[in-house]
Amino acid sequence: MRKLALSDEILLRIEKPARYIGGEVNMVKKDLSAVDIRFAMCFPDVYEIGMSHLGMQILYDMFNRREDIYCERIFSPWTDLDQIMREQQIPLFALESQDPIKKFDFIGITLQYEMCYTNILQVLDLGQIPLHWEDRTEEDPIIIGGGPCAYNPEPLAEFFDMFYIGEGETVYFELMDRYKENKKNGGSRRDFLEMASEIDGIYVPAFYDVFYHEDGTIESMKPNNPHAKEKVTKQLVVSMDEAYYIEKPVVPFIKVTQDRVVLEVMRGCIRGCRFCQAGNVYRPLREHSLEYLKEYASKLLKSTGHEEISLSSLSSSDYTHLEGIVNFLIDEFKDKGVNISLPSLRIDAFSLDVMSKVQDIRKSSLTFAPEAGSQRLRDVINKGLSEEIILKGAGEAFQGGWNRVKLYFMLGLPTETIEDMEGIAELSEKVAEVYYDIPKDQRNGKVQVVASSSFFVPKPFTPFQWARMCTKEEFLERAYIVKDKFKKMLNQKSLKYNYHEADLTVLEGVLARGDRKVSSLIEEVYKNGALYDSWSEHFKNDIWMKAFETCGLDADFYTVRERDLEEVFPWDFINAGVSKEFLKREWQNAIDAKVTPNCRERCSGCGAKNFEGGVCYETEN
Amino acid sequence: MKLRIKFSKQGPVKFVGHLDIMRYFQKAMRRAGIDIKYSEGFSPHQIMSFAAPLGVGLTSNGEYMDIEVNTMEDCKTMVSQLNETMADGIQILECHMLDERAKNAMSLVAAADYTLTFREGKQPNDLKAFLNGLSDFMGQEHILITKKTKKGEREIDLKAFIYELSIHGETIFMKISAGSADNLKPELVMDAYYQWLGQTCPEFAFQIQREEVYGNTGDEEHRVLVPLGLIGESLE
Repeated sequence: MRKLALSDEILLRIEKPARYIGGEVNMVKKDLSAVDIRFAMCFPDVYEIGMSHLGMQILYDMFNRREDIYCERIFSPWTDLDQIMREQQIPLFALESQDPIKKFDFIGITLQYEMCYTNILQVLDLGQIPLHWEDRTEEDPIIIGGGPCAYNPEPLAEFFDMFYIGEGETVYFELMDRYKENKKNGGSRRDFLEMASEIDGIYVPAFYDVFYHEDGTIESMKPNNPHAKEKVTKQLVVSMDEAYYIEKPVVPFIKVTQDRVVLEVMRGCIRGCRFCQAGNVYRPLREHSLEYLKEYASKLLKSTGHEEISLSSLSSSDYTHLEGIVNFLIDEFKDKGVNISLPSLRIDAFSLDVMSKVQDIRKSSLTFAPEAGSQRLRDVINKGLSEEIILKGAGEAFQGGWNRVKLYFMLGLPTETIEDMEGIAELSEKVAEVYYDIPKDQRNGKVQVVASSSFFVPKPFTPFQWARMCTKEEFLERAYIVKDKFKKMLNQKSLKYNYHEADLTVLEGVLARGDRKVSSLIEEVYKNGALYDSWSEHFKNDIWMKAFETCGLDADFYTVRERDLEEVFPWDFINAGVSKEFLKREWQNAIDAKVTPNCRERCSGCGAKNFEGGVCYETEN
Repeated sequence: MKLRIKFSKQGPVKFVGHLDIMRYFQKAMRRAGIDIKYSEGFSPHQIMSFAAPLGVGLTSNGEYMDIEVNTMEDCKTMVSQLNETMADGIQILECHMLDERAKNAMSLVAAADYTLTFREGKQPNDLKAFLNGLSDFMGQEHILITKKTKKGEREIDLKAFIYELSIHGETIFMKISAGSADNLKPELVMDAYYQWLGQTCPEFAFQIQREEVYGNTGDEEHRVLVPLGLIGESLE
């Protein structure tokens, strides 16, 4: 029987002890004496969130297919265990072997959202690993970061030995081979970092110096080591069907957020929404074939025993074989008690027909993401969803028996006016009116329209990377304007409006477009007790506010400052595929409220074609 | 076809709670390709019910659940099919085909066997004396324990619910009442003993293991305790 790192007494004292015991179905077991590299894959949040992440499961499976590597998992201990581990100085362990992570060769940390950064320091700290790369010795693991937030790694530059820019399936094995080679040759940690920095997509922060102007903006960023490249180019999978995919995902004992089979249908997006980082950095669009998905759907349901399957992509409606895969799932699995969940589908006749087959209409709601309240602002953000389409879709859905609608918006978008804000309430009202246009005897009770707005955060590698972000006060002011407008609507009793937390958004803005100086802020707040910042019950804004003062940093510099078109950004050393020229063009188009067609309509020369994939590349070749 | 399945739960999986074990078995049925029956309705669920929930931290050699299947080969195949897909620590021990009129396991539960051993560092200074004292404790006419309830303190007599209590080396064995009517927890018996000794039972003192769960085929007066796996078995 496996021996656990924590005593029975500790496990019985804390919430959900099964978070920490490993041993789940499909967990990989290996003979430690037969492996050369021990890799710990970390999702710096609680188990239920981390285990819901597809990317981690893919990489776990990929690493473990190699006999010489044993990949294990780490998550952030919840606050109850965190406290006990600190008091009793219990080193953080990986779930599989239950061994302390400081013994490992690598710790790979996935960076999925900015507000998990303090949890990264928690993992290192509890793991008894020095927080700064500078303080690590030959005995310490190599700390490597990857995932969407690695597209601006600078706020974390002090803490990581290296970052991997792009999709993990591509150059990880090469990195591992270099590591083994260096170990065999008796090379040092520094030797390995130098070898690694020659690999495409690998960024070693120690090998770059940043020079600043007097006003705090960047003058230049230069390699200080001959092995380091001027530009680090993101890596991605070109042929999706040949990429690694999981056959046997780990099946958690406890209920996790994503308690289902997730079938990734494609990567990238043709839409070009100007606020969306994923839509830009995951370009070009790459699809799986229908046959591939059919095979994997069956395999994954069989190997996990999950009772639900869902499709995953940035915009599933754009998947060429959507009808094919959806019909296959319904025909094949509906009668076997498998639920089919279909997120992010455009509302049209097809999706309504499918949804009526797989969901209980009375219990489900319809979701639209207009993102902005007026057509003008939707043109600014290049969201190709018109009022006409929304009202038509809602009308068809209401005829089909639905009576609940969710609408998602953003507030604080560039060029936003009062009319745009009030448009959120007006559009919601129009949706309700479509419902009440149906004769009373054909209606299914009252309609419920729930509109939610989040506050807009400009992200690197989007046309809005130059945009000024709102202050907290401006955000709230805009939310009140929307709220007031809702109160004036005719059907206000059928409408509901929610808006997000503004404090958190401001910090997200700082971390998203932050530079190296922000490292000190993250460390300062962590040392003062900030942890699980993305959990509203744990988020403590005052710790952050105080830390800005202590560190001599100004949040406004990162958020509300107007950025010049020629400014050097902290992330400019990365080649993410989309060129800066394209982003500039798109920023200008945004200001002019000019729509850019999607990739299938016309190529806009974003630059991602260089990766030899995507709609534009395929039509040419 | 109704089936009763017996399984064990050992090692780290003892930290997986009852609701999660139910979810675990639902997924296990699918992995093993068991042709389990589903309920009617818009969100069908598997016909599956458990005899008695096991608390977090307890191990067991005698857990029972009932399922219904549309088709199956035989019980032996069922056991091996399921065992191929089990997580470490959970093992299918038996499968019995039940008579169509058989009552479900949950409603049959009348008693259970438990073994208790001290967790490391929790033993009393004089373990031998502690264990020997149990026979005097059991010899009392009434075995009283004071329980704190919402309405204040209440005294209960456990005597009628403890059917057997004995010592085997350093292990305490007890056969006690279980089920929906008079469910007695083994911890409560030990709490009563400590109270009788004028002491307090240390927290998490015992590793407790359920050994078997019984139904009563006799009556209130003359109990005939039979393991659940042997009740209602189809004779075909």
